[in-house]
Amino acid sequence: MSADAHPRLADQLKGGLGAPICLTWELTYGCNLSCIHCLSSSGRRDPRELSTAEAMAVFDELHDLQVFYVNIGGGEPTIRADFYELVDYSVSRGVGVKFSTNGTTISPERARRLAGSDHVDVQVSLDGADAATNDAVRGAGSYAAARRAMDHLAAAGFGAFKISVVFTRANAGQLDELEALAAGYGAELRLTRLRPSGRGARSWAALHPTRDQQIALYHWLRDRPAVLTGDSFFHLSALGESLPGLNLCGAGRVVCLVDPVGDVYACPFVVHPRFRAGSVRDPGGFTRIWRRSGLFVELRQPSSAGACAVCGSYDACQGGCMAAKFFTGLPLDGPDPECVEGHGEAMLASLPAGPVPSPGAGHSAPVSFGGRRR
Amino acid sequence: MRGLLIDFDPQARYRLDGRVALRPEPFGALAYHYGDRRLTFLRSALLAEVVRDLGSHPSVDAALEAVVPEAQRPAYRHALEALARSGLIREC
Repeated sequence: MSADAHPRLADQLKGGLGAPICLTWELTYGCNLSCIHCLSSSGRRDPRELSTAEAMAVFDELHDLQVFYVNIGGGEPTIRADFYELVDYSVSRGVGVKFSTNGTTISPERARRLAGSDHVDVQVSLDGADAATNDAVRGAGSYAAARRAMDHLAAAGFGAFKISVVFTRANAGQLDELEALAAGYGAELRLTRLRPSGRGARSWAALHPTRDQQIALYHWLRDRPAVLTGDSFFHLSALGESLPGLNLCGAGRVVCLVDPVGDVYACPFVVHPRFRAGSVRDPGGFTRIWRRSGLFVELRQPSSAGACAVCGSYDACQGGCMAAKFFTGLPLDGPDPECVEGHGEAMLASLPAGPVPSPGAGHSAPVSFGGRRR
Repeated sequence: MRGLLIDFDPQARYRLDGRVALRPEPFGALAYHYGDRRLTFLRSALLAEVVRDLGSHPSVDAALEAVVPEAQRPAYRHALEALARSGLIREC
């Protein structure tokens, strides 16, 4: 997003907006993959998923709120039989759609139809520049499936689709290759931050980038303002000049998540009862939650810098990501676990042993025989 | 490099691009361009009003004279030039 955020605008955004700028809607927990970092612990469909009619009613609300576009994800959203019906309905209501997919269902014919639709953007997930790196995270065959989808989209003349990469310790050295891959397709590269959310809670310690990798990423992104990040890496702004973007935690302020059963959370990375604001099935629907829920009102209050108040970088990094702190057991007014000054690691090391908030198993498919026990 | 090709002429009539939606917000308005999917912050309610009503005035300067205090017009003219370069408003 393009925004020259001087402090006044950032402060105003902290107080919340009439409607979200960035609304993620996960349409199903069903997925044919079981990525080890899945934010939503997807796998099995939930019998309580919003029906077609219920989903359309939410799109009607988003239209009335003048939400410009939604980011649809899952699970793998295209496995819903009514997926394209819902996309068409959203667009007909003036709400643009960007959807994330692992690519499995993007056939040549589907790619041609997508290329012909206005206001629909496609984002294919890929977590490595080669099959070995990607498939270690996303599962066997997932690299080939994503590349096939990209081939089909490019052949259909879709234009600049997005290739979305979660930045990890394993792919940190592949940024130039990923950039070249995107350029070869005429696609845009998007990098986002690995969070210890969902199944990521179990894989985060092994997968999250090292401090040196974070520093290299910061400089790489500074040199490439066209690479999309969804404002993921604002904690790196403590390294110097800000990265492009709003540079604030948007949870409940400019961002929120609607999950497949209609529960509304402060952001896509905090699927946990602590950050559940309500359900679109409640009286007043999504609109009432966005405007009035106790959680969102709380998140829009000025926040304390807490333990970070003594650090000269707080104005730059804003204390980092709420979800990353929450699921690593750090206090919400403490440092980010990946604080570039090292304050997060130091505090993690000094935390008394005890339970860390758990995202639970969510909708992960049952572990198959011979698989890892949870 | 679309911006370099555009001469901004405050004597000409401009209007909001047909693919742009404006949403009022406490700080002014959000503008979203459905063509290039860019989001722009209009940082005052008055600027949002000027942009919204631009097409009903014979020129940019006339639109500014209608509602913007004289001392602030150069800054608003500058803001509109930036919006023209980004394709949010266009000559008609």
